Amino acid sequence: MSVLAVENLQTHFFTRAGVVRAVDGVSFSIAPGEVLGLVGESGSGKTVTGWSILGLIDPPGRIVEGSIKLAGEELVGATQERLRAHRGRDVAMIFQDPMMTLNPVLRIDTQMIEAITAHETVSQGAARARARAALDAVGIASADERLHAYPHQLSGGMRQRVAIAIALLHKPQLLIADEPTTALDVTIQAQILSEVQSLCAESGTALIWITHDLAVVAGLADRVAVMYAGRIVEQGPVDAVFAQPLHPYTRGLIGSIPRRGRHGAPLTQIPGMPPSLAKLPPGCAFAPRCPRADAACAAAPAMTDHDGGRATRCWHPHLETGAAA
Amino acid sequence: MSIVALAGVSKRFVKPLDLAARAANLFGAGMHEVVINAVDNVSLAIDAGEVVGLVGESGCGKSTLGRIIAGIMPPSAGEVTFRGRKIADLVAGPGRDALLKIQMIFQDPMASLNPRMRVKDIIGEAPVVHGIVARAERDAYVDALLARVGLDGAYKSRYPHQFSGGQRARIGIARALAVKPDFLVCDESVAALDVSIKAQVLNLFMQLRADLRLTYLFISHDLGVVEHISDRIVIMYLGRIVEIAPTEELFRAPNHPYTQALLANVPQLEARKHRFAAIKGEIPSPLGPPAGCHFHPRCPFAFARCRSERPALKEIAPGRMSACHLNDAP
Repeated sequence: MSVLAVENLQTHFFTRAGVVRAVDGVSFSIAPGEVLGLVGESGSGKTVTGWSILGLIDPPGRIVEGSIKLAGEELVGATQERLRAHRGRDVAMIFQDPMMTLNPVLRIDTQMIEAITAHETVSQGAARARARAALDAVGIASADERLHAYPHQLSGGMRQRVAIAIALLHKPQLLIADEPTTALDVTIQAQILSEVQSLCAESGTALIWITHDLAVVAGLADRVAVMYAGRIVEQGPVDAVFAQPLHPYTRGLIGSIPRRGRHGAPLTQIPGMPPSLAKLPPGCAFAPRCPRADAACAAAPAMTDHDGGRATRCWHPHLETGAAA
Repeated sequence: MSIVALAGVSKRFVKPLDLAARAANLFGAGMHEVVINAVDNVSLAIDAGEVVGLVGESGCGKSTLGRIIAGIMPPSAGEVTFRGRKIADLVAGPGRDALLKIQMIFQDPMASLNPRMRVKDIIGEAPVVHGIVARAERDAYVDALLARVGLDGAYKSRYPHQFSGGQRARIGIARALAVKPDFLVCDESVAALDVSIKAQVLNLFMQLRADLRLTYLFISHDLGVVEHISDRIVIMYLGRIVEIAPTEELFRAPNHPYTQALLANVPQLEARKHRFAAIKGEIPSPLGPPAGCHFHPRCPFAFARCRSERPALKEIAPGRMSACHLNDAP
């Protein structure tokens, strides 16, 4: 039984410049304790996917079609009260900028206690003790002092840890992390990754890690889904996808990352740039940049299953054996 | 022969006392000015044709050092020379044109390109002012530069906001190249770009280096990028250089404990599902850095001497320098 099952999700934004199909038919599911890496470049729809799950899409945006089932319960079309009851308790989200989570004019303890009492009837004292324990758990030293601090008195890494502590207060079934380490230094990123990893393992929380950094996904995730122009173009176990990417876009992405032992060699280039979501080419959105594109790509390819729990949306997948370029 | 040399360069930022604090001091409050040693006694020589990667976490002084080398910011102490001539003299004196040979490319093209100027003016203004091209030939010159960085000359009448991030990065590069520099300081020039665009711009940097025989100081927090492009890597921590080594050797056998920790913390494509290990603690505030070796509170190998004595940057092997007391141990 999956924690979350997303089926043919379509979130569109109705702007004056036209309909922006930010998420255009995304399907995936995630099991308890599983880590899914949702990878894509800016504008690929990965963040809007996360927001859609939490019911955070505001006009002019709207979920026009599809289903999002959290532990069997349909969230598309659910009332605001139902969504509120889930948000923070069953599903939590951490953002790239922790100041999106933290209120700058409230002390850390006020915010954490509020987050606890929003979903549970507990005494102030008990809530405070839990907040303190949560800060300890994310590796914040002298938690008592930090509880009395305001967000601006903390460093960026510390703020992100507070945001994670708040997200995990209710041991949610699902945690959505939207590029939470992108703005942080590598040593702080490693700390956050190790803490999120152990906390999710302890509580059995399923994790969706949204990022553009394939290397983080390689080390963290069980499965990876690669998004391009609002659609998942490839999905599968991390090992298999990275060892032999099926979709030309995945292959290009992996080849374009500088890595050890390839000093000075030219990086594989994906020509051109991601298309505007308001003016998507008909058919496969990647075709104009794809080395394998031909006449067949004028029609949109459907998601096709392959061996080993993999799937890709491509007319000409790299099925021949051989390592990634 | 080194193209740029730094000798004992320091940069201190001082926040002077405000009126209230000065008044309080009249009554014996004893308040002090806040001093930050952003760059602390740094010596470094960069050879012509070399690509040096400067790596460190936020607040380690890498951008300040880049600005000092580019002549944007004067050092508080020490000396920077370009082809044997002091930059401080060049800035003030008649040799200013020589400084054109050092150009800087910034992280955020939107903050460094004037939003109200057309691309042809952004790129073409400096070479005309400095007499590199005649005004009449400016458009052709801009076309050639745009072509060199992979943009269509037809775009030259547009404004910066009409371009994507990757194209803006290319415009920033074209502007720097317009005055025919020898030395480019690239401060996080690819940090804001998407993966596929980053690869395009990195390839462009390497192509330009080969075509124009440029020397780069490539400042970045991204070790993967730096490893890819640099011949030599300089690691900074809280204003000081802790290690200098040729790229391959640094990655094969990092000497300084900070470098070791940094390399261990970089996520890698090849390293599949594993437990992330972390260095303890955070980078300390530059307002009150730890005494002795700045890294000692986070260092697993620290001993008494590290707490009191600053380790000197010493040669540990030909071409390799490290600032760690452990290297003195018998």
